[in-house]
Amino acid sequence: MNVLSLRNVTKTYQNHTAVNNISFDVPQGSIFGLLGPNGAGKTSLIRMITMITGVDQGEITLNGKRLNPDMILDIGYLPEERGLYKKMKVGEQLMYLAQLRGLTKQDAKRDIKEWLEKFEASTWWNKNIEELSKGMQQKIQFIATVIHKPKLLILDEPFTGLDPLNTNLIKEEIFKLNENGASIIFSTHRMEQVEEICKDIVLINNGELMLEGEMNAVKQKFKENKYSIEFDGMLPAHLKSDSFSVVEDTQKGLVIQVKPGHDSNEFLQSLIQEGIHINSFQEILPSLNDIFIKNVNNKI
Amino acid sequence: MNKLWLIIKREYAIRVKKKSFILATLLTPLGMAALMIGGGLLAGNSSKADQRVLIKDDSGIVENAEMRKSSMVMDFTDLALDSLEKNYVKEGYDMAVYIPPFTDLDNKNHSVKYYAEEKPGIAAIESLERRLETAFKEHKIKNSEIDREVYDSFSTSIDMQDGTSQEDGSGKMTMVLGTAFGMIMGFLMYMVIFVYGMMVMRSVMEEKINRISEVMISSVKPFYLMLGKVLGVGLVGLTQVAIWIILIPIIMMVTQSFMGSTPQADQMEQMANIAQESDNFDIGAMFTEIRSMNWAMIIPAFLAFFFGGYFMYSALFAAIGSAIGDDMQEGQTLMLPVMLPVIIAFIMLQGVITNPNGNMAVIGSMVPLLSPIIMPARLAFDPPIWQVLLSILLLILSCVFFAWLAGRIYRVGILMYGKKVNFRELSKWIFYKG
Repeated sequence: MNVLSLRNVTKTYQNHTAVNNISFDVPQGSIFGLLGPNGAGKTSLIRMITMITGVDQGEITLNGKRLNPDMILDIGYLPEERGLYKKMKVGEQLMYLAQLRGLTKQDAKRDIKEWLEKFEASTWWNKNIEELSKGMQQKIQFIATVIHKPKLLILDEPFTGLDPLNTNLIKEEIFKLNENGASIIFSTHRMEQVEEICKDIVLINNGELMLEGEMNAVKQKFKENKYSIEFDGMLPAHLKSDSFSVVEDTQKGLVIQVKPGHDSNEFLQSLIQEGIHINSFQEILPSLNDIFIKNVNNKI
Repeated sequence: MNKLWLIIKREYAIRVKKKSFILATLLTPLGMAALMIGGGLLAGNSSKADQRVLIKDDSGIVENAEMRKSSMVMDFTDLALDSLEKNYVKEGYDMAVYIPPFTDLDNKNHSVKYYAEEKPGIAAIESLERRLETAFKEHKIKNSEIDREVYDSFSTSIDMQDGTSQEDGSGKMTMVLGTAFGMIMGFLMYMVIFVYGMMVMRSVMEEKINRISEVMISSVKPFYLMLGKVLGVGLVGLTQVAIWIILIPIIMMVTQSFMGSTPQADQMEQMANIAQESDNFDIGAMFTEIRSMNWAMIIPAFLAFFFGGYFMYSALFAAIGSAIGDDMQEGQTLMLPVMLPVIIAFIMLQGVITNPNGNMAVIGSMVPLLSPIIMPARLAFDPPIWQVLLSILLLILSCVFFAWLAGRIYRVGILMYGKKVNFRELSKWIFYKG
């Protein structure tokens, strides 16, 4: 079951096509990475999902139903360009945003207090937003995004400006929300965070879909048959055959690339036959960063 | 609807709780009172209608005439002319006047010289001239064989009355009051549009600069956000005006009772005296006239123009605010086409009041960007009802149109950063798809 499905979605601004015929699915309960370089069309895509702008062509469905304004409260969106009313107090501001997102006054007050306690911010209620540090404001923005318990949470660069401690704190809360049933779309440039957090990804560039799928499957797809091997002694010269080539000679061992038509077992067997003692053998999968750079560069 | 109400509430509460709002609301009536007293003092000092005048009357005409009481002190002396010139200041007078012996009294034009260290105001000179002319006239009547009563019967007063009016006495007073009300209403509209329209614009800019627009419109439609802002600030304006309507008369009454006979009151009395001399000004008639005005039409129509004008212009200011962002300089160019009709209407106001049913007034009332200032100014002149209704209808249609137009620009503008916006760009935004 998919929480969100995009089918042939296109968005055009005057002469510029920001999103071109994109289709993908976000599985229910997943943490989904939406990746792409600056200007790729991520924000345009998110704005269509959050109904800030309309879809020119194609269709977006949420839980199997065509997106409509009644669903706005099912979505929580933390935009990259996020701010707060500087002259308002923390409590007032959160109450205002929570009520705009459909909570009653009593529920809003109860839930906000709970969240403030979670973030050790119970004493902030009467503080003006402008008195808070950037990190503290980020926490308030995060609370405002999730206060109405949305089924789909869209977080655009949620960790920008946060120190490692607060990054972890928010990350833990994202995992908890996910465990409690929220599906999460996570948009960022920070590939290491995507690798750590996301199960599924899509990569878009120049408004077009470059790749999509489960993280491991994507890595498998882009693997280059490279292996790192550590062993005792030297590699016999006659072993260097057509089946593999040495890519890198490290102090501890070698990085080899198995040529097309061969597999890693052939290489291992030949080493064992030579009586070489193997200490470790591991497939090297490409990092998401490499896949990202490679795909983006190829299309430029 | 609930969301709209939340937005209106926030926009209202955040403003009325501000210290600057409380200060401006309370200080404006106090400032007006201070201006009244200060203005009165200044006017009293500058006009010096209460001057002390020392007169050497060699003709004997003025000295022997019966003079009406006035705040101007007039004493007579036998001093020689040169010593009069030298000594009148020492004697405590502001001015000396020498009236020579006239041999040719039949002549209609005579000159009388005055001497003053400080140049007297035109009011003082004119008041003195009128007194001398009256004295000469009385002298001539006395010396002629014309009976006083016969002479008085020559004088005829014609009062132009409005033939279409049911009321008796609806004449020049209507004009005077219509002009006063017209100016007040026109000016009030001009102020409302600028002050509160600008407030809406700044509020939109602030939201854009604080980067909260996207957060907001992911939960509420941009049009409702704009509408909430316009209505919220409108309520702030109403609150302020309502407080002023209550406070200003109270503060004025308190000022009057504390000051007793203020210079302002003296000046009013003088003005009333002058008016009485020339125009048969009647305060009672003025109140009768005010009561007889068509308030059942004026009040609702004025409110319609007040709300319509404010709504239309503040929606446009909101659109401009969304396009400007933080670059005020760029904003000046974008604001010009919105400000221009307001300024044009304000310039037209004088002409409209002079000729409230002329072509300019009628055309101005039918152009929706001008009508919120032009039509209220005409209301006291009893314009044809079809014109008022048509003008309101056109204004309502324009409100809908401009709210739509502003909404189209606003929804794109609040999400647009770092782009230099010109009119071509704005017109493109109007036709962007949703």
